[in-house]
Amino acid sequence: MFSVLRKKPASISDRVYPAAIIVGLVLLWQLLSVSGAVPEFMLPSPLQVLAAFKNSLPELMFHSRITLTEAFAGLGVSILLAFVLATAMDHFSWLYRAFFPLMVISQTIPTVAIAPLLVLWMGYGMLPKIALIVLVCFFPLAVALLDSFRSSDPDLINLMRAMGAGPSQIFRHVKWPAAISGFFSGLKISVSYAIVGAVIAEWLGGNEGLGVYMIRVKRSYSFDKMFAVILLIMLISLLLIRLTVWLEYLATPWRRVRQEDDNNAGWDIADKPVVHKVKK
Amino acid sequence: MKTILETKSITKKYQGRAVIEDISIRLQEGELVGLLGISGSGKSTLFNVVSGLLMPEQGKVLLEGEDVTGKTGLVSYMQQKDLLLPHKTVIDNVSLPLLLKGINKKEARAQASAYLPQFGLEGKADKYPGQLSGGMRQRAALLRTHLFGSHVALLDEPFSALDALTKRRIHEWYLELMGHLGMSTLFITHDIDEAILLSDRLYIMTGIPGRVEHEIIISEKRPRHLEFNTTESFLNYKKEILELLHL
Repeated sequence: MFSVLRKKPASISDRVYPAAIIVGLVLLWQLLSVSGAVPEFMLPSPLQVLAAFKNSLPELMFHSRITLTEAFAGLGVSILLAFVLATAMDHFSWLYRAFFPLMVISQTIPTVAIAPLLVLWMGYGMLPKIALIVLVCFFPLAVALLDSFRSSDPDLINLMRAMGAGPSQIFRHVKWPAAISGFFSGLKISVSYAIVGAVIAEWLGGNEGLGVYMIRVKRSYSFDKMFAVILLIMLISLLLIRLTVWLEYLATPWRRVRQEDDNNAGWDIADKPVVHKVKK
Repeated sequence: MKTILETKSITKKYQGRAVIEDISIRLQEGELVGLLGISGSGKSTLFNVVSGLLMPEQGKVLLEGEDVTGKTGLVSYMQQKDLLLPHKTVIDNVSLPLLLKGINKKEARAQASAYLPQFGLEGKADKYPGQLSGGMRQRAALLRTHLFGSHVALLDEPFSALDALTKRRIHEWYLELMGHLGMSTLFITHDIDEAILLSDRLYIMTGIPGRVEHEIIISEKRPRHLEFNTTESFLNYKKEILELLHL
């Protein structure tokens, strides 16, 4: 489905090698489990994990709906916040100087340490989860946007000013569109952070969500179900990253075009063709 | 002839050092005036002052007699790089100055598309700049400059990024076009042949800080053809200029 996203047709080996290694590892894992080298209760076999995945599908779907809701809400708030703050910080340099160090410091807070506090402050509902996701997702997005704004071609901005454009017009026509690539690179990182962030926040308090479910099955020593959750989280993250790539593809039609080869293409001035007389 | 643009003894300094000094030039209605000089003589700085992007330490810029020093948005300005926005189609790129003036998108597109054939961009309205050849991109940049709607255009080395053959073609087309549009144009170049071929008058900029010491009138009538390049009068102009530039 997503093969269209590739610029060049990938060579078959690009896909075959990683696929072969994954299949090989899973086979090895299965062999180890079947041979009894690893006790079943410690490490369930891949087939058992798949069976658990199938059996607990209704619960998994229920809990992933909660986790996804939190992740999307957190991402949405992060995007909005990153967009507004990055724009303001680009426009007012004092804001940049004041807030940028603070943004960096916010990234040094250990997520696992702050999460219980957030739960303490905001209760067991969705709010602390969303807050934690914003804490981890906002930074890569804001930095990607800021970098893109600040690296806009100064000649282009001068030209816009010479044409009488104000700051808001420069953002609208030059800086925001130029930041699309940067935004999507930031988003690719943020979507996987969002899922992991939601799960961690759920571990530390809550009644539903994949994190809560994970703790529950761990306590009952259902390691096969535990692995099923891990598998599901991986699948969700991969899908979201793919979705981001696809959105980027849709949002940037101009990157898919190629220069028309002939340098003279379009050199037919319909109005009044100028014919150059060749002297013999 | 009416003087449309004038600079009065402009001096611009960067960090205390003058880049251009005491520059007084004028541009008359419908005229094509070249500004020729070696790199570093401050030609682009002068343009940044005239376009209002930079404030000079001394001197004034007069547009139709009115003091417009430091005011942007009055004269059309085009640089060596085409500076087309990669994410906009040709039609949206060229109609950008109209949009900036508050004209709605549909109207702006309609106005702009009327000019596409004249600028050799017919059928290219919905292409992205990345799809165009260098010559086409430069013509699109020229059309955007034209649609800005000022009677005065500043062109900073408009053709220097083009290969020699494309440049010859674009010269011939441009000379033709100028007759139709009736714009008054001040352009920077370091290509002596180009300067003689295109200009009605030429200012020679020399030294550091840059000064305008000489003015040359090219009396050959416009529109000229490329054959002018090989005539004796052309070579005489060239000789004179080379001497003035101490080359």
